Amino acid sequence: MLILECPYCGVKAEETELANGGEAHLKRFGPGSADNDFESYMFARKNPKGVHFERWRHSYGCGKWFLAARCTATLEVFGTYPAQTAEPPADLQAKIKAKRPDWKGY
Amino acid sequence: MKRYSVFAIARQAMSYHQGWERAWRAPEPKKEYDAIIIGAGGHGLATAYYLGKNHGIKNVAIIEKGWLGGGNTGRNTTIIRSNYLQDPSAAIYDKALSLYETLSQDLNYNVMFSPRGLLMLAQTHHEVRGYLRTVHANQLQGVSTEWISPAKVKELVPIMNIDGPRYPVLGALYQKRGGTARHDAVAWGYARACSDMGMDIIQQTEVTGVRTEGGVVRGVETTKGYIGCKKLGIVVAGHSGQVADMAGFRLPLEAVALQALVSEPIKPTIDVVVMANTVHGYMSQSDKGELVIGGGTDSFNNYTQRGSFHHIEETLRALIETFPIISRLKMLRQWGGIVDMTGDRSPLISKTPVGNCFINCGWGTGGFKAIPGSGWAMAELMAKGEPGPLAADFNMWRFREGQFIDESVAAGVAH
Repeated sequence: MLILECPYCGVKAEETELANGGEAHLKRFGPGSADNDFESYMFARKNPKGVHFERWRHSYGCGKWFLAARCTATLEVFGTYPAQTAEPPADLQAKIKAKRPDWKGY
Repeated sequence: MKRYSVFAIARQAMSYHQGWERAWRAPEPKKEYDAIIIGAGGHGLATAYYLGKNHGIKNVAIIEKGWLGGGNTGRNTTIIRSNYLQDPSAAIYDKALSLYETLSQDLNYNVMFSPRGLLMLAQTHHEVRGYLRTVHANQLQGVSTEWISPAKVKELVPIMNIDGPRYPVLGALYQKRGGTARHDAVAWGYARACSDMGMDIIQQTEVTGVRTEGGVVRGVETTKGYIGCKKLGIVVAGHSGQVADMAGFRLPLEAVALQALVSEPIKPTIDVVVMANTVHGYMSQSDKGELVIGGGTDSFNNYTQRGSFHHIEETLRALIETFPIISRLKMLRQWGGIVDMTGDRSPLISKTPVGNCFINCGWGTGGFKAIPGSGWAMAELMAKGEPGPLAADFNMWRFREGQFIDESVAAGVAH
């Protein structure tokens, strides 16, 4: 069972308390953008086997959106952080790099 | 290949069954093939089989990371049906169903196809409207399905509680021709037939790279060295994204875990397949007597072939209301498979940005039923280089054009 710590309320929540929101840090392309950009924004997820950054909502807790770094091959959770960031925090990236030397980076 | 028959059994009985030959060879890879299929699951093997049978391309290798039929082909709930809403889906799934009907004779291998009938329960008014729409669509498509009353459902499945209160049965979409087949036997039957045509099934060999030259595929790097090929078919379900990455393009799909479980074996209690999409559960009884139960997918990306326990709990909690008789049964085994889900819950059978490289993936939670039709369409695509009528709509560019084959609304999760 997946357990993530909500960075807002500090609660260690298990997955029945949470709702997954898919890949994090997507750059939005709206009307008027190139077809390729719009298609990949809408459909082409990274879907990595390994380190994955994703959105979660603490739906049966504080109700806020946060982000998590997780390994899709082992279900190991590297850490969670608030959603108001454009990219994963540097210390979290360093922590992941230490654990997964092969990781190509964010 | 020695044919299997009642006479063969009698002959072998004379020699204590010591003379049976291996069902397929275990060859070392050659330097080059006309076509390589990555993935010896049902879809990959069926593709190879119809490449040989329909198009005469027999210099083919099927490369498998683990053992053949060990992925989703061996992990599904063996349900076969073709009652889909959209025309392209109905066409390919009905092709698959009609091929299943004669597959045992075709392959000379008993795949235990059992057209026992299939019910999709409507347990909300929304579902009633949805299934009535599907029945009408199926009539226009020439796929025989019917809408039946709760009383008829009760007659077909006496162990069912149709009164609710939480999930009353308001009717069902009934496909008489639907049913189940032995999932392993489908892979084994195709493998035996492919091997007999001279194709090489190379197991325990992982593809580690795809070599291209000027945008056209040349071969694959594997753990047993480089193997050249004129055409490449990627048929690897859950890991499609990884292999596509090696070839240098991205696919519109995500990998999630889907679970199933079986109960302890009991005497025959249910002789149709029942699907209940509102509660994400479906159930049939295997020949061994186990109740085979399928659940829902996890919400998050996952490659671990195990799912979250609470999904099983939810599925069983709901099924117990519909089938009170199962409440005291022990569950024997539970497992997960990695399914590749597209945005519209329909597959990709498509050319790719790389020349002579083709992909067959995205079957999501419902690939087993499609195996013969999928192989048929993929073989046509690989042989001719252009999709035939079955595959044309399933191209990977439909997302850019907005031409979805939207089964996600029609089928919900139990797909």
